[in-house]
Order: sequence, then C-alpha cells, then structure tokens
Amino acid sequence: MTDTVNLPAYAQALGIALHEMEDGLPILTVDFSSDVEGRPGHYHGGAIAGLLENAAYAALRSVLSAEGRETKLKPVNITVQYLSAGKPLTSYAKARITRKGRRNANINIEAWQTDRSKPIASAVMNILMA
Amino acid sequence: MSCGPARCNGVFTMSNDPPSPIQKFDPAQVSQMFMARAHPGWLGLEYSAHGENWVELKLPWNEKLLGEPDRPVLASGPIVSLLDMASGMSIWCARGSFMPVATLDLRVDYQRPAKDRSAVWGRVECYRITKSAAFVRGTAHDGDPEDTVATMAGVFMTLSADPKAIGRQVKAQAEAKAQEKKGESGND
Repeated sequence: MTDTVNLPAYAQALGIALHEMEDGLPILTVDFSSDVEGRPGHYHGGAIAGLLENAAYAALRSVLSAEGRETKLKPVNITVQYLSAGKPLTSYAKARITRKGRRNANINIEAWQTDRSKPIASAVMNILMA
Repeated sequence: MSCGPARCNGVFTMSNDPPSPIQKFDPAQVSQMFMARAHPGWLGLEYSAHGENWVELKLPWNEKLLGEPDRPVLASGPIVSLLDMASGMSIWCARGSFMPVATLDLRVDYQRPAKDRSAVWGRVECYRITKSAAFVRGTAHDGDPEDTVATMAGVFMTLSADPKAIGRQVKAQAEAKAQEKKGESGND
C-alpha cells in the first residue's frame, strides 16, 4: 500500500489532493475557490460530486494496487445525496468499499467539512473493473 | 475559461442589462452571466438550446477534464456538473422565473464513455414542480441525442423565504394552464 494516490487531470485541475491515508484508504480534500463555487458562497453540486467520485476511484485504485491488480475503471452510476449546503470551507471525502467482486465494486462515499459526523453529501457508486 | 461574447456570437442575445426578475426567465440571456464565473465558468459551459421546460447546455472538450491518467476519457464529474446546471435552468424555465434551488438527490447512469475529444451536451427537462420540490430528468450525448452517454434523474428543493408564495404561484400557473386548455378545447 502506498501513501500517494494518482489523481487524474480533472481532480488536479479542480484542486483535489490527498489529505491523508486512513486505514489504507485515502481521504481527499479540496479547498474552497471560485473553481468549485455554485451559487455565491457555496459549493457547486457538481464539484461536490467530483470530489465524491474521485474519492471512490482513489479508494478502489489503492485497494486494487495493494492486491497487485491493474484494471481499467469504468463508472456505471452514481447517486448523490446532498445533505447540507457546502460552505466556503475546505471539504474532505472518504470512500468505503462496501462490496468488491471480480467485475463490479459498490462504493459508499461521504464528504464533510468541519465536523465529520455531519456530512454535507454522501453517494453510492458502482464502478466496473474491466 | 469564460464564455465571452466573441465565442457566443449568434447564440446569445447581446445585452449588457442584468436579467430582471420580473422578465420571463431566458436561459440564453442569463447563461452569459451564469457561465462566466465560478464552477460553470471553470468548466467552460455554454448555452445550447431550450424549450418551455427544458434546457440544453454544452460542455466543450478540454484536456484538463480527463478522468484517467493514461486514457483520453472525459471524467464523469464534469458530466454531473453539466446535468446539475442544466437541471437548475430547466426548473427556472418551467417556472418562468429564477428562484434559488438546492440539489437534494442526483443520479447519473453512465452508458458509455464520451467520444475522444468530443464536446458533451446535457439536456434536462423539469417535468414537475410542487410547492417545495422540482423533479428533473435528462440525458447527456456527444452529438447524437439518440445515442446517449448518460441518463440522469434528480430532485431539487426550492429555496425561498416564503414557500407559501411559491405554492400560490404554482397553483396560479396550474389554473392558468387549465383555463388555457379549456379555451382550446372550446374552440374545437
């Protein structure tokens, strides 16, 4: 298991970075900026979805690389629940792999700001490993 | 990246006046303002088309939006942003005026990756507005609307200081529509 994650161009351009590894899974972070802003002073729903998705991919890549598996990841779907407004603060996201089969992984992701017990958004995502 | 007038010539009506809340919501006009800044501006979203209760926006191809280190595949995040933005605008179109909304639930099913170096269009319709919620559904495609890249469904919450005022407006609009239909059938 490595303490770095290989984030795609989209994540890097949006300012998403690795915050730390926790129990072998990455916590990603993004600072508030105009690039992630929706209605004035709040995160855009799409930017939050981007953070959640990247946390899912990064978690799955970490686990697969620890197993020595090299596969292409293809998103099947994502369902995002927006729980409270994303305030102009640093946000964090961590994914939990609920079930990983041979072909599909089902992943739950949560995003939070100052208080981890009060997530601002959660998502469930299916990713194909082809 | 911003959608400057030079790139948008012929697509937008050119006006320097900010859209008045009293005027009917015009997605083509307000796109100039909405997509010049913040996350939609960063993505480079552009207005494409609209109808009575739907809006289509364009996400131009951009290298910075790649989702994988080794393949030229558009990340899925920008497609969510595209559809989220088109959702909000379809709600304002269906309602006829702007009002603040918040995304409650958004689901996107990805059928296939978008074509290499292709723009992606997101078309969303608002099929129902109630006192407190707006329901939307839409698709993303890369040139042929019949061959979808993704499909989506979402629920938005209307944010207003006075929800009862929205309720009254929704009711009045429904009554006006019913009246209109009555008039049409009366002419047959």
